Amino acid sequence: MTVPGPMTSGPAAGGASLAGKRRARPARTWPSFRWVAIAVIMVGWFVYYPIVDNFIVSTTNQDIYTGEVEYVGLDNYARLLDDPVVWTSLRNNVLYAVISVLFQVFGAFLLAAIIEGLQDERWQRFWRAVYFVPSAISITVTGLLFYFIYQPKSGLLDAALVALGLGEFVRPWLGSEHTAIYAIIAMSQWQGFGYSTLLFALAIQKIPRELYDAAILDGAGPLRRLWNITFPMTREMTGLMIIVTITGAFQVFNEVMVMTAGGPNNSSQVLGTWLYQQGFIQNDFGYGAAIAAVIFVVTLLTGIAQLWYTRRRRVQL
Amino acid sequence: MSAPAISRPAGEVDVWAVIARTFLLALLVCLGIVVLYPLVWMALNGFKDNSLIFGDPFALPTRWNWANYAQAWNRGVRDYVAVSLLVTVASGVCTVLISAWTAFGLTRSRMPMKPAVVGYVLGALMLSPTVALIPLVKMLQSLGLYNTYWALIILYTAFRVPFTTFLIRAYMLDLPRDLDEAATMDGAGERQIFWRIIMPLCRPIIVSCVILHVLFAWNEYLFAMIFTSGANMQTLPVGLTSIMAKHGTNYAVVFAAMTISALPIVVIFFAAQRYFIRGLAEGIGK
Repeated sequence: MTVPGPMTSGPAAGGASLAGKRRARPARTWPSFRWVAIAVIMVGWFVYYPIVDNFIVSTTNQDIYTGEVEYVGLDNYARLLDDPVVWTSLRNNVLYAVISVLFQVFGAFLLAAIIEGLQDERWQRFWRAVYFVPSAISITVTGLLFYFIYQPKSGLLDAALVALGLGEFVRPWLGSEHTAIYAIIAMSQWQGFGYSTLLFALAIQKIPRELYDAAILDGAGPLRRLWNITFPMTREMTGLMIIVTITGAFQVFNEVMVMTAGGPNNSSQVLGTWLYQQGFIQNDFGYGAAIAAVIFVVTLLTGIAQLWYTRRRRVQL
Repeated sequence: MSAPAISRPAGEVDVWAVIARTFLLALLVCLGIVVLYPLVWMALNGFKDNSLIFGDPFALPTRWNWANYAQAWNRGVRDYVAVSLLVTVASGVCTVLISAWTAFGLTRSRMPMKPAVVGYVLGALMLSPTVALIPLVKMLQSLGLYNTYWALIILYTAFRVPFTTFLIRAYMLDLPRDLDEAATMDGAGERQIFWRIIMPLCRPIIVSCVILHVLFAWNEYLFAMIFTSGANMQTLPVGLTSIMAKHGTNYAVVFAAMTISALPIVVIFFAAQRYFIRGLAEGIGK
């Protein structure tokens, strides 16, 4: 989910051992387990179990009206390989990931460096806040807003192009198979770059000032300082943001659903919307679950990368 | 804080630096316009009538016509806001309470198997709601919770507890341990330590968690769309798409409804920016 996903990241373990080392603690007691009992049950029931169940459902064909369940083994996965829309969706997810990494990681990094380079702290705060505003707004609102912006004739984009003398570029942005997914991705960048800019700005603020002072004494210009100090000193944030952004790109759903629902002619489908289309519009739970399994595998890989990354970082510190 | 990346040392005058600085400022301003203008356009369109919206996208409204806003509010937005408020508040209270308990158990209680439970709860951060969708529909249908507020309250809580626990746990780990030890000496039980000592100290991170949860729940679309149907069950994000379907030809009303639904969260963001940013920063990098 990309809603300005403050829902990211997580190194595991490590808390308990800290306490143990300091001094002998009273014996462990089971009654204290009650503090975590509700979370353990809820997470197991509503987060972990459905993932397991998803794999079971994906090996069946289910008739949701009669309730009949037929075991079909890996048939649904074989269907995936032959489904051209699955490949379109994958391609669109990859496009989403690549473009988002360019704008929301590297673009946001540069923007954050520019903002943090301003002399006046109030202006720094002002720009960070301005760029963040779209991230606070629901995707339904921004999706609908851009649906209107991309409208032929009455839309803001075409009107702006005409006003700038670029009338030849006017087109039905969401109505064309060639541009729909790019129009959606563009909206997503508009909404998301302020969030990552804010995070990069916070990372840049943690860099010790002395490094810059020393570089200035050595005669290093702004670009050299950017490349030799700011970039390496925020490398961890950059790595983390790349992973988080890729994860988000494979979970994309809302933007596409609100703006095109995958159309025209399935050209803007992503895995999430194709899962919805198959599972809930066609009522084909088994096949939908197989698509979900693909999303699961990809996000599990990026999740492991993230865990590995945060662990490694801890060791370095 | 003095300029790290871009600025030059004082006293040095360089034509290129001035040009670069001007260019960068222009870039910031242009980007600011690209970000804010569509939002202003949205709010202004709520005051226009259809002919003006279709006629000239750049036109300013001729008068402050609140009728569209009133119409949007009365034709559904009021109900959607009520549902969104209910779901947001209920799931927020549950999420923060359960997460605080869990974080306390994981950092300061004498419970066994802490590392395993930490891995279990935080590992859930890696699982996305999309993947669980089909099994969850089957499960909530068989529990009879489909199309109830409970469906959203339970799911928002279950999927947000790992992240919120992660934030609160990181904060609790940094609190001095002597506090609990002193309290234990004085004969306080774990429950008293939690409510009387730890929770008051955790207030800043709790506020951050509440705000991040409000942002999440107010804007959530996937679960809300799948698990509720019918006008009196829909939250704002889903309701907006219904308004679009029903009044799609009356653009002005749709714009007014969009503006009403975006406004509270923008106001909350600016009012509580400090807590907001703390939460985001801790969430990504601790």
